[in-house]
Amino acid sequence: MRVGVITFPGTLDDRDAARAVVAGGAEAVSLWHADADLKSVDAVILPGGFSYGDYLRCGAISRFAPVMQLVIEAAGKGMPVLGICNGFQVLCESHLLPGALTRNSDLHFLCRDQEIEIVNNTTAWTSSYKTGEKIVIPLKNGEGSFQCDDLTLAMLEGEGRVIARYVGQNPNGSRNLIAGITNERGNVVGLMPHPEHAIDELTGPSAQGLGFFTSILNAMVK
Amino acid sequence: MALDTVAIAQSTPDNSQPFAELGLKADEYARIKEILGRRPTSSELAMYSVMWSEHCSYKSSKVHLKQFGDKAPKSDALLVGIGENAGVVDVGQGYAVTFKIESHNHPSFIEPYQGAATGVGGIVRDILTMGARPIAVMDPLRFGPADAADTRRVLPGIVAGVGGYGNCLGLPNIGGEVVFDETYIGNPLVNALCVGVMKHSDIKLAKAAGAGNLVVLYGAKTGGDGIGGVSVLASETFGAGGSTKRPSVQVGDPFVEKVLIECSLEIFAEDLVVGIQDLGGAGLSCATSELASGGSGGMKVALDKVPLRDPSLSPEEILMSESQERMCAIVEPSKINRFLEICKKWDVTVTVIGEVTDGDRLEITWNGEVIVNVPPRTVAHEGPVYNRPLAQPAYIDQVNSQKVNVPMPSGAAEIKAAVLKLAGAPNLADKSWVTAQYDKYVQGNTIQAQPDDSGMVRLDETTNLGVAISTDANANWSYLNPYQGAKLALAEAARNIATAGARPLAVTNCLNFGSPEDPGVMWQFAESVRGLADGCLEMGLPVTGGNVSFYNQTGSVAILPTPVIGVLGVIQDVRTRTPMSYKEAALELYLVGETKEDLAGSEWAFLHGQRVGQSPDADLAREMRLIELLLEGNAFFSAAHDLSQGGLSAGLTEMVLRYNVGAVISLSNPAIDLLSETPGRVIVAISSEKIAQLQALATKYSIALSKLGTTGGDSLTINDCVIPLDELRTIHTSTFPRLFG
Repeated sequence: MRVGVITFPGTLDDRDAARAVVAGGAEAVSLWHADADLKSVDAVILPGGFSYGDYLRCGAISRFAPVMQLVIEAAGKGMPVLGICNGFQVLCESHLLPGALTRNSDLHFLCRDQEIEIVNNTTAWTSSYKTGEKIVIPLKNGEGSFQCDDLTLAMLEGEGRVIARYVGQNPNGSRNLIAGITNERGNVVGLMPHPEHAIDELTGPSAQGLGFFTSILNAMVK
Repeated sequence: MALDTVAIAQSTPDNSQPFAELGLKADEYARIKEILGRRPTSSELAMYSVMWSEHCSYKSSKVHLKQFGDKAPKSDALLVGIGENAGVVDVGQGYAVTFKIESHNHPSFIEPYQGAATGVGGIVRDILTMGARPIAVMDPLRFGPADAADTRRVLPGIVAGVGGYGNCLGLPNIGGEVVFDETYIGNPLVNALCVGVMKHSDIKLAKAAGAGNLVVLYGAKTGGDGIGGVSVLASETFGAGGSTKRPSVQVGDPFVEKVLIECSLEIFAEDLVVGIQDLGGAGLSCATSELASGGSGGMKVALDKVPLRDPSLSPEEILMSESQERMCAIVEPSKINRFLEICKKWDVTVTVIGEVTDGDRLEITWNGEVIVNVPPRTVAHEGPVYNRPLAQPAYIDQVNSQKVNVPMPSGAAEIKAAVLKLAGAPNLADKSWVTAQYDKYVQGNTIQAQPDDSGMVRLDETTNLGVAISTDANANWSYLNPYQGAKLALAEAARNIATAGARPLAVTNCLNFGSPEDPGVMWQFAESVRGLADGCLEMGLPVTGGNVSFYNQTGSVAILPTPVIGVLGVIQDVRTRTPMSYKEAALELYLVGETKEDLAGSEWAFLHGQRVGQSPDADLAREMRLIELLLEGNAFFSAAHDLSQGGLSAGLTEMVLRYNVGAVISLSNPAIDLLSETPGRVIVAISSEKIAQLQALATKYSIALSKLGTTGGDSLTINDCVIPLDELRTIHTSTFPRLFG
């Protein structure tokens, strides 16, 4: 099982994502933004960071990277794709997921240990969790407020496509406390907080983020 | 402005030049003429003026800083010492670590966000330049009174700038300080520390050796930002007539720096450079003269080849520009193609601007005409040196002869009020409002960060080798006694490393002071340096480098003498570290160390507007025994937390709130026990079966030991005073949000 981790210029959490992939039991494969080849990976992670310095809009330039054209095509055919933080922003800009991530409501960058509830465990990336399971993983971003129009929100909620919600006080003004969503097919997931920083208690607030990286193995075995 | 060439300078020896406006004294200007045997060209004048500024030349501090070398303890750990971009120490397993603090005080007052951001950017490039991958940053900050209007302008911008730049570079921020005092109102201190790691064989130095090797400029294009910023902003106090000397603060682009880091590390990994220097203060003037001076001495540079953001810049401005995110490398011709390829991969602008020669002159041309022809050592390393007059200021005897006279709490109600007052005081209150704006998780190796005693990062995922760093200063003590103050800050930083179980190894410093032209300030500085050098010698810790920031004053009011001391330590296995607090009930709490009546310079005295008395004397022999006790006790301590500002009161507050587990404490003399700030004390939590082991350690190292109480419950109970944790937490955490939104 090979999981690609894309590095754009300005990507920061690529090494962390690769470490988490290995901890989850898969092989991590580095993918470069300018690659015109997905190197036969079975799934792809778009890690966090500030790709292209967040110029113009977060993720707005990365979506045009050569490797993203391949990712968009493969996602359409059902390949599992996980976008974390900036990766979530890139997925929205690529129209693989609806909505947009805007400045946190208090306008500050926020790094803290955040409790979230997994509300959909049927996706390629959440099957290791129970529905309703609460986990604590780091949240760290300046533009993490999930926004969309009322119709889209109704659709996401109606189709059960919200995969995780913030627990307690809304940390960034996201609509309906949304921390992560999926596409219709359940193979593409965008998540604002960082499961790759919660794979052991030595370096993270918990090891509860590991489930995202073991889920993908389950998805492949099926 | 017409081009001023060497030929023109020779033919017009009597042209008057604006040396004074550029910050040069008449005798300094005369010396330049003597060195060159003619008047300098305007480009040469620009170079000398920035390189001979206080900030770049250390002309007022050099004679004192010499002590760090003269008194250096013997240390096998030091691989690269003072003088390079940053010192390098051996931490074992083939790893070398480099760390350094720098100040960016004045720019951050003018433009808080960019000043702080480029402060981080500059120190990160210094670390990168040594060949290391930067792995963490820290930021000791000082501001005017927390409720002052200007602090509300400056603090949010500086915090956002530190975060905005560091977060975007992917560097975890693992600690720092936020301290308020009225003397910083017109002069906030922004000190930034960066630590990097490399293998021994990867160490790089700033030298241009080998005739025919190419001088390569890569990174951002050169613009008009920060022209003269370093010499003028950092060297002259703000005051009447100062406005003309306030050029724009440099503007940073962390994305460009992030790419520059990755590009440089790839270049280093393939061993493509002979020498390297970042472009920070004094820009190309500094990089070219230091590289040439560090090598054989000869270099030719075609300045017109420098890629520009603003094509209207004059050669003088290009030489002085402090545009950020630029590096200068010396590359063998056989390796240049690969160098250019890697730059292309990362979309980094790269230009060959010159070559190393076998001469001993730095020659810079502009469209073929020679505009600079100087011996580079005279620019970079042989600037003026001043032995400035110093005199113990009158205030010393006056404050030392007074005794702190503050109300001391008695009875449960007053003790509760005192503990809560300290818990909510801006200097001691919860700093999450600040640290939540910094990414502490990126890179996945952060073991400890604020509010822990020190920051700790893992270097090796297989062996779990790690380093811990703490920065400390107690400016109140330094004000009362700068010699002792520097030693006490050193001891505190070392203790903060040792509480976690890391062995202190090396020291860096950022010495923030007022004007060196004031003999009283110069005395504070000299005493601080003497104290630090003596302290390092006694503790066996080498100083690996540092930074001096003078002219931190508004009008005639200087800041408190603020020597920020950073200590780096090594821990063989980060999994064995001792945390700063406990999660279980029914543990025994002990005070390791003795409490005396040390209220001078304490937070309690500060809150009552008193900065008088005598600072404690640093007993470094005892501190070293305490460190050994902590390192040995690391094997069985459940928690260990250093006591410093705010004494036992603050220490207990921080411990019970960390994991929300209370404590029942019994004190015989609660007012002094809680409020005194006697140095060299640590709270230790152990399980009850370890009591004999702790007592044996205390005996072995001759350190006083007394029982404080036990852990558990949902309150901090001190004798008959009960403080519910919720109440304590509300006060502790509400100060910053209330002040800064």
